[in-house]
Amino acid sequence: MTVQPEAVVQLCGISMRFGKVIANADVEFDLLTGEIHGLLGENGAGKTTLMNILFGMYQPDEGEILVHNQPVKIHSPHDAIRYGIGMVHQHFMQVPTLRVVDNVILGLSSAGRVFLDRDSVRQRLECISENYGLKIDPNAYIWQLSIGDRQRVEILKALYRDVQVLILDEPTSVLTPKETEELFHTVNTLVSDGLSVIFITHHLEEALSITDRITVLRNGSVVGTIPTSSASKQELASMMVGREVLFRVKREEDNESSRREVLRVEGLSALNDRDLPAVRQVSFTVNSGEIVGIAGVDGNGQSELVQTLTGLRPATHGKFSVDGVDLTGASPRHVLMHGVGHITEDSEDGLIGEFTLIENLMLDMHYMPPYSKHGRLNKALMAEKARQLIKQYDVRAPDESVKARTLSGGNKQKLMLAREISRDPKLLIAAHPTRGVDIGAEEYIRGLLLEKRHAGMAILLISTKLDEILSLSDRILIMERGRIMGEMTREEANIERIGLLMAGSEA
Amino acid sequence: MLQEIISIAFISGFLAATLRMASPILITALGEMVTERAGIMDLGIEGIMILGAFTGFCIAFLTGNLWLGFLFGGLAGMLFGLIMGIASVKYRANQIVAGLGIWILCQGLSSLLNRRVFGISAFRPEITTFQPVAIPILSEIPILGNTVFNQNLIVYIALLLVPVFIIFFSRTAQGLNIDAVGENPRAADAAGLDVGVIRTLAVTFGGLMAGFGGAYLPLALYGLYTDDLSTGLGWMAIAIVVFGKWRPGGILAGALIFGASNALQFRLQAMNFPLPYQFLLMLPFMVTLVIVIFFVRGDTGPSALTKPYSRAEG
Amino acid sequence: MTEIAKPDWRTQVKRLNPNEMPSWLSTILIVVLAFLVGGILIFAIGASPLAAYAALLDAAFGDVNGFAETMVKACPLIFAGLGITVAFRAKFWNIGAEGQIYAGGIATALVGISISDLPALIFIPVALLAGALGGAIIGFIPGVLKAKLKVNEVITTLMLNYIIIQLTAYLVHSPMRDVSSGITISPQLDRAAWLPIIVPQTRFHLGILLAVGAAFIVSWLLYQTILGYQLRAVGERARTARFLGIPVERTIIWTMIISGALAGLAGTAEVSGVQHRLVESFSPGYGYLAIAVALLANLEPFGVVFSSILFAALLNGADAMQRAAAVPVPVIYVIEGLVILFVAIRVQVRRAH
Repeated sequence: MTVQPEAVVQLCGISMRFGKVIANADVEFDLLTGEIHGLLGENGAGKTTLMNILFGMYQPDEGEILVHNQPVKIHSPHDAIRYGIGMVHQHFMQVPTLRVVDNVILGLSSAGRVFLDRDSVRQRLECISENYGLKIDPNAYIWQLSIGDRQRVEILKALYRDVQVLILDEPTSVLTPKETEELFHTVNTLVSDGLSVIFITHHLEEALSITDRITVLRNGSVVGTIPTSSASKQELASMMVGREVLFRVKREEDNESSRREVLRVEGLSALNDRDLPAVRQVSFTVNSGEIVGIAGVDGNGQSELVQTLTGLRPATHGKFSVDGVDLTGASPRHVLMHGVGHITEDSEDGLIGEFTLIENLMLDMHYMPPYSKHGRLNKALMAEKARQLIKQYDVRAPDESVKARTLSGGNKQKLMLAREISRDPKLLIAAHPTRGVDIGAEEYIRGLLLEKRHAGMAILLISTKLDEILSLSDRILIMERGRIMGEMTREEANIERIGLLMAGSEA
Repeated sequence: MLQEIISIAFISGFLAATLRMASPILITALGEMVTERAGIMDLGIEGIMILGAFTGFCIAFLTGNLWLGFLFGGLAGMLFGLIMGIASVKYRANQIVAGLGIWILCQGLSSLLNRRVFGISAFRPEITTFQPVAIPILSEIPILGNTVFNQNLIVYIALLLVPVFIIFFSRTAQGLNIDAVGENPRAADAAGLDVGVIRTLAVTFGGLMAGFGGAYLPLALYGLYTDDLSTGLGWMAIAIVVFGKWRPGGILAGALIFGASNALQFRLQAMNFPLPYQFLLMLPFMVTLVIVIFFVRGDTGPSALTKPYSRAEG
Repeated sequence: MTEIAKPDWRTQVKRLNPNEMPSWLSTILIVVLAFLVGGILIFAIGASPLAAYAALLDAAFGDVNGFAETMVKACPLIFAGLGITVAFRAKFWNIGAEGQIYAGGIATALVGISISDLPALIFIPVALLAGALGGAIIGFIPGVLKAKLKVNEVITTLMLNYIIIQLTAYLVHSPMRDVSSGITISPQLDRAAWLPIIVPQTRFHLGILLAVGAAFIVSWLLYQTILGYQLRAVGERARTARFLGIPVERTIIWTMIISGALAGLAGTAEVSGVQHRLVESFSPGYGYLAIAVALLANLEPFGVVFSSILFAALLNGADAMQRAAAVPVPVIYVIEGLVILFVAIRVQVRRAH
């Protein structure tokens, strides 16, 4: 007979709402000692909120938390740490202008001393980092570190505080496949040393590979908790989504005949906001009727590349042209008017929350006839066009005069698409088009992109979702540290090859 | 005239005056530095200085005790720093607008109380100011001795504050916490710091300093109070914080530049310098403008400056 | 995440808090609260708030002359308030309206004094144009500094205020001094440049009507023109505006030119409609009061007219309040400051982020 492992942490009947939105509803969750418990769910399912409650950043409206079977009140992260609970957030909780050692010191009780004792902190840090193989220079400034290193700092912060429970929130979303392997190795080492881990993710494969048990959340409620050994991808997916999920989107056959080169990028280079090279001599083309996907972990120059192609960032070398017209150094308006559409990486950047839907839909064309004449806007025409677009692109809203901020994430994305696509651009640059969007909208958007591809639009797709890249792209480019590391067609592509290229090795 | 300007007496007197005039701005700017490093921009210090000036003068006049007056000037400033803190933190007010409100409010309050307490009459109440305290031995040094080591006590305090703040921010946990809260409040929150409390304390402290800075004017410089005693000094303190890149050393430099231009303006006026006195009055403002245009530009300081923080939004 | 149905109006009223109140209600609440605190202060210094406010109201609205005077004071507030509204809507913190008012006054005086032999029909538009131009130039400077060099506009506009005010003092002290008068004022403007009085036996002049007309124009500008659309976009979210090709720098510059011009007209109204000459401190802080005016009106042009009248009543009645109830004039600045502070708390002031 096996001894039942004790539950380190239990969440009972947790409910949480933000204004009108229910984030968690009556959630039951427990973590056993020494286990890796996966928390799986789509974006917006309530995983991070739930863990933020456990970590004391939010107070639940209902329910209670038990640590070692004792009910506790966790009013702040300070309390959580006192109870031995630590969290590594998706967006690191670090102060970039301070050093590693200062970030670790932050919030530690100073026990009545006036001056900081950085030396003893440094020593202990080095000790811990030796033990778990998390190499880091305590004197480095956070802004100097790579993303993988910064994540290590987050883990070290928790370990320094002797946590027994470690919550990892989407830790692999910013890592290369190699770094992910290293992380998994670290997690296993920690667990064998007695730690218990909660692993938040929305990736099925990840959940299956590292966890002991998986709890699936959907729309704020627990759908079920199952041992990993008996779980299957299909079962998990349908638990996450609530219905049968197609793993591949239908694609039309290629229309080879009228192919022409639309986007030509030659030796393009650009610097990032820190004046460091972010885009290094990038060259590629995108033809009409094809989707070229750029795969790569966030932070490898994709954002800067898109900004350069849309006139928001100056190129330091090289050039690019759309349909033969050189647009290097052109202003954003110029680029837009030469047939380029831009779905921004962050839906916040592509829309103005305080503006109405009409005003948002007119952000690109408001100054052109027929929408304006002699400086005056033709409001009636703009409203008419807005109504049309809202209907056509399935934007769910009470009417066209509401403010954009009242829309859900998916509808905001659709609004942006409506605006950009209705301009009938020759080239559409879609950066993370389904980020933060529910599965219904995700399907719609992917379908729309394929439809436009079939109609002859050239599409440059940037995404961190590998399955999205694989299912939509005709050709795939891998970008790593500002360079194109490799190019392959759909047929040649598979995750291992892509992963290797993303990690910097030639394949 | 040129000879007069280049004489030792003129220069020595000018340098001493520079330090005297730089002190109120130095004190106020150091306070604003703390406030801004915590993430709040307090535009109300222009008004708080005036209130501090009045309160300091009033209490000193009524009690005959200069230090008591100085203390109360600071306390009055502290009160309005706290009000700014509550507005900015608890109510998440737009800090620029709130600061303007406090400025005008304090200006009105000082003017109102001045009329109420002292009435409008030809008789202008006066007090004897803080007298210079010569530091033994050091004040004997030619030129430098009289400039630096023969000043009133508050000037010494102001100068000493500079290294104190340097140490505070580089070596103490509280200084680290303030910087964290101003750069990335979410990270500070996750580390267990109370962002709201730290910010409120910082801006309250900034008010205290501005109150002291204002109180200095009647108590150490002019010996009397008028409504326009500190005109523009609060704004210059704000400019100097940016000029000094939110560091005590840089702020000291800025305060000295400003003090010099003020001292120069007085001296030139007294000497009937052939330039209309209104242009001389413009001098400190023009200097500030030049500082801001050429030295400051877009350096925006702490990342979370003027942004209210809440857990839900981060 | 699931969504709960929108609560009905009864629940909404119950949940009154600054974030969710309709803006007209919060405006009234702010005014009432400010007057309440002001009343407490008046009481604390030993006067009667009721007597004070009664004297205030009576002087401001009690008779034709009183009302006319209120409107005379409202005129520069409306112009400057409109100017500030335009700037603030673009998130450009124009604290320099006071300096722009003086610049407009200087320009108007220059034109009105140095030219003669023009019929009023031409002279008046010329004077107005000069005032607008003067303000526009002083508005342009901080605008271009922010747009091209990213210099903080709060400081630049503020510094310019003090500089222009001193410039005015200098001008009436020597080059533009009316030596015959013995005091520091300029010679009178040519009669044809005066803004004519509309209501006889009062000081109610044409400028007042023009100011109200300007509210219509600014409203049209903000909501019906390309520039208005663009400046609102830049004010709400400059990053997105830039992404979509809106020329942010150019928009900021034009916004400040217009903002300065409107404030400059306030100066024209004073110099040409009221004083008929350039006087050293002809503005009792209209430029700063106008900030309170604009914010209270929630940056809406027509609201500016109403909040201007409110503050003008305060200014107008202040002397009467002092005489009748022994309440010193600075009380109105306390009330003004409170209004601004409360407005800062009202979240509906377009968030700065």
